[in-house]
Amino acid sequence: MTTFIFILKKEFRQIFRDPAILRLIFIMPMLQLIVLPFAADYEIKNIKIGIIDHDHSDYSRTLVSKIEHSAYFRLAGYTHTFKEGLQWIEDDKADLLIEIPHRFEATLIRESKADILLAVNAVNGTKGNLGAAYTLGVIQQFNQNIRVEWFQMPEFNPEPIIDVTYTSLYNPHRNYQLFMVPGILAVLLTMVGGFLSALNIVKEKEIGTIEQLNVSPIKKYQFIMGKIVPFWLLGFVILTVGLVISFIVHGIVPGSNIYVLYLFSALYLLAILGFGLLLSNFTNTQQQAMMVAFFFMLIFILLSGLYTPIESMPPWAQVVAAFNPVSYMVEVMRMVLLKGATIKDIWPQIKIIFVFGVVLNFLAIYSYNKTN
Amino acid sequence: MFFTDWPDRQKEVTHKQIIMNQLIAFIRKEIYHIIRDKKTLLVLFGLPVIQILLFGFALTNEVKNTKLYILDMSKDLYSQQLIEKLHASKYFEVSGEIPRMEDAYSLLRAGKAHMVVVIPGQFSFQLNHNNNTTIQLITDGANPNMSSTIQMYATGVINDFRNDVFGKLELPYTIEVKSRMLYNPQLKGAYTFVPGVIAMILMIICTLMTSVSIVREKELGNMEMLLVSPMNPLIVIFSKAIPYLVLSLIIVTVILTMSVTILDVPIRGNIFLLYLVCLIFIVASLALGLVISTITDSQQVAMMISLMGLMLPTLMFGGFMFPIENMPLPLQVVSNVVPAKWFYYSINSIMIKGLGLKSVYKEVLILIGYCLVFLTISYKKFKIRLA
Repeated sequence: MTTFIFILKKEFRQIFRDPAILRLIFIMPMLQLIVLPFAADYEIKNIKIGIIDHDHSDYSRTLVSKIEHSAYFRLAGYTHTFKEGLQWIEDDKADLLIEIPHRFEATLIRESKADILLAVNAVNGTKGNLGAAYTLGVIQQFNQNIRVEWFQMPEFNPEPIIDVTYTSLYNPHRNYQLFMVPGILAVLLTMVGGFLSALNIVKEKEIGTIEQLNVSPIKKYQFIMGKIVPFWLLGFVILTVGLVISFIVHGIVPGSNIYVLYLFSALYLLAILGFGLLLSNFTNTQQQAMMVAFFFMLIFILLSGLYTPIESMPPWAQVVAAFNPVSYMVEVMRMVLLKGATIKDIWPQIKIIFVFGVVLNFLAIYSYNKTN
Repeated sequence: MFFTDWPDRQKEVTHKQIIMNQLIAFIRKEIYHIIRDKKTLLVLFGLPVIQILLFGFALTNEVKNTKLYILDMSKDLYSQQLIEKLHASKYFEVSGEIPRMEDAYSLLRAGKAHMVVVIPGQFSFQLNHNNNTTIQLITDGANPNMSSTIQMYATGVINDFRNDVFGKLELPYTIEVKSRMLYNPQLKGAYTFVPGVIAMILMIICTLMTSVSIVREKELGNMEMLLVSPMNPLIVIFSKAIPYLVLSLIIVTVILTMSVTILDVPIRGNIFLLYLVCLIFIVASLALGLVISTITDSQQVAMMISLMGLMLPTLMFGGFMFPIENMPLPLQVVSNVVPAKWFYYSINSIMIKGLGLKSVYKEVLILIGYCLVFLTISYKKFKIRLA
């Protein structure tokens, strides 16, 4: 036990004597937690619209002003030809073109039917799709108004109608930031824990101090534990600061008892630190450890469900995601912070992450060789 | 006079030759460094390949396989038909039926359900006799986009069901909208992320690898030896940059080949122009790596700066993961400072839209400006003497 305390002392000193690292550990993630959620907003806004109005009628003007006043759009301007409009799209002056044909109003009233052409820049598929959907919504509403103007709806429904009402739980204001913050916090915890632990043993290897440790009577598990415990505690500090920031900046109040989150993070940090140490056992230079860690982190983060839902992935990717500890952390973080999940709700995730922790740390201890 | 004249000239020639030889020897040393580190090399090539595969085949914002639970209070003919219709839709997976409302909340909270469809009592009776009934859709709104999309899909299925049973509603005065998706009719994600992946990989290789490999010489104490040697210290730096430049060009080629062959992303514009823009961005990133290496002494700090300070801004403002026009104004202003943004714009215009130099000259000039600024800073800050 005394040996272990000495090892811990050494590790803590090593961390605290490098102020540059400490600053980076705290400032960078915090900055990201403050800024990234504002950027990672998949809500589509400010779609630039170009109008080609061949009709110049009352209706076409009303439609344009309706679109202009919708929250999603910004009017880029009017042009006379479709060709010029395409030029605007190429120059990124417009994302979407609406062409209103000649005699649009007259055709609509006389023939009870008229066309509008919508041309969307779909280089960004999601944005193009949603932009078209929003425009369609505005046009349909406009259409409905015209119908009301020309057509008297009977009081009693002549044909059966199914009304649909929507209840969206947990995030009633549809605030995308609220969804992203817990995920980003989970990723930050992963990055700091994973990278620092991966670099730690390798640094000892590179500067040669590992030899001294190897010839000392320290046990393998003591050595690994000594590397894990400081970063484990550091992880809690980062989690706490992160939670405070998400409360102050993004107004996130945990939906349930916060101790559930700390309990899960304790197990999770253990797993991710074990993974980092495992990596550092198999690499020789910091550059190498860094690249290998980055490689795995990137796959873990992309397949964690942070940006795209796991359910939408093909089966093979879902299998990979099941072996990805980060996906459980992202899930639990969201469940606790947004939905107020209890310990019963996250029990399956706790069991899985516990297994991860045991296996990864066992492998880390097993693969660490005192002999060269 | 004659005598002193010609050896001098010869000396000049040999001096040039010596510099050349030194440079080649050093480049060779760096190439050995890179090639002998098999694990890192594997990662450098594996990273873009995995990214292209993941982005191309695994990651999608499309909503599929939504887990659905039904709270059916009618259990009659129409409600059964509606459930079957939901089940048949490719978007939904009807996972089961629940008897009580409380179950809906616990399932949603535990993440076992994404949506619960509540069918009211006397569903068939209401439809047949009152011509009106209401269905409630309760969604897990934590992810607002997903929740809106599944609500939209479910409404579509419910309307289909209505039209199937009672015939289509014919409405007067209908505006028909004809949509045309330009450039990317199948709405593929690949078009946006391929330029982004290139930007990111170049940033890693050029900025991160270069800065770390220079700082390593400092950390291991080799730098001192190199600086006291009669060699021009600029050669040391220069020879570090060149192998990474070549490596970057190879990897760009790998990414482009993969995206054309596997993902069917076209290269519509001039390929030489594409490479020229890549080259400019590579030089800018290398110069940035040099700047980082001049301000730090430890590999870990260099890595942390490159990773957190550069990778994340590149990911964020590169324009390929998050649309910049969505961001609040201060962030949009900040995004102009990130070189990757300009790179992304120009690559996107050349590759996907097939535009020429005329349309991207502004972005290219900005990138060239970055090269000059970073090179000047690193030259000014480069110290021959160690602290």
